[in-house]
Amino acid sequence: MSRFKEKENSGTPAVSTASLPDIIFMLLFFFMVTTVMREVDLKVKITLPEASEVEKLEDKALVDYIYIGPPTMEALGTEPLIQLNDQFAKLEDIDPWVKANNERRQEAEVPRITRSLKVDKDTYMKIVTDVKQELRKSNALKINYSTGRGR
Amino acid sequence: MLRRKKIRGPGEINAGSMADIAFLLLIFFLVTTTMDTDVGILRLLPPIVEDVTPPDKVKQRNIYEVLVNDADMLLVEGKPMDISDLREGAKEFMTNPNKSEDLPEKSLVTRAECKQQIGNFQSYLASATTPEEKQNFRKGLEKWEEKLAAVELLGEYMELPGSAVISLQTGSKTSYDMYVQVQNELEAAVRELRDELSKNKFNKKYTELSEILEEEKEMIRAVRMVFPQRISEAEPVEVGSRSES
Repeated sequence: MSRFKEKENSGTPAVSTASLPDIIFMLLFFFMVTTVMREVDLKVKITLPEASEVEKLEDKALVDYIYIGPPTMEALGTEPLIQLNDQFAKLEDIDPWVKANNERRQEAEVPRITRSLKVDKDTYMKIVTDVKQELRKSNALKINYSTGRGR
Repeated sequence: MLRRKKIRGPGEINAGSMADIAFLLLIFFLVTTTMDTDVGILRLLPPIVEDVTPPDKVKQRNIYEVLVNDADMLLVEGKPMDISDLREGAKEFMTNPNKSEDLPEKSLVTRAECKQQIGNFQSYLASATTPEEKQNFRKGLEKWEEKLAAVELLGEYMELPGSAVISLQTGSKTSYDMYVQVQNELEAAVRELRDELSKNKFNKKYTELSEILEEEKEMIRAVRMVFPQRISEAEPVEVGSRSES
């Protein structure tokens, strides 16, 4: 009893999905290339202040970050600390840090390196001024006060 | 007798799950990607000067003094001010529309003067002997050549005196938020003045001019000559415990 005989010829053939992986891979590579992964684990809490007159940081490879804010671990108190790379640092550590970062780059690029200060908005200026002073001493003059876009 | 199994070629691997694997990776990258670009206020710090020579006495009218105390309150030119008025205040300082005695005296830059100064510096440069002198004169020459370029583009303009500066000082307990707001307002003041000028002369806002185009680069430089951004933070000093001399 084959009353419902399947048609031999079913109109349009199924769309071939063979190229689907290729398409996905293309997207994947796009994201892999454009992705900048967060390099460090933040050990300080940072809420950036907001400003309207902001400029974009162009070349991410030429930006070093200094984080200042109260530590996330509560056992360490609430006083703001400086974080360089992956660890807490003292003011004296800034100069060697700047030098190490300079050596990583080509010599011609060194004057173009920007130090981006990511500072919690409730921090007192004392520590920021001290850090700026250290940066001046190590001749790292191009800085950027990282802010949110707004207001 | 064991019968040999027929040797079959390796079956084709099913590639159907390839897409799923790729999707998985794709989603991972989508999630970890930070698309938001870093933005912020760019500043150049002054280099440290080894020998501390007392700076030239700058006329009081040429300094726009902005103090922020530990309680985040502003004292501008000796008077308390609200942050919302700072932008207008800074603009007034840079333009001095009423030719006030307390604000910088602006002088007219004329084409004739530029040409004359360029001539002067060229002759100084020719007769200079030491490399130091040469460098000084070359700097002077460049400065006047830039002024001439600005005059060519904008017409004769009123120039701020070279010593006119916005001086910003903060207390040690000023909050960083307040500091950024003040920097932001000062930046906005300069930007608005530049925008206005550029809009008048070139029919295009300063912020819309692009560095890439050669002619617009000239415009940017010219506008910057008229309204330079000079914010001085000097050496950190405790507000309140400054020694006035």
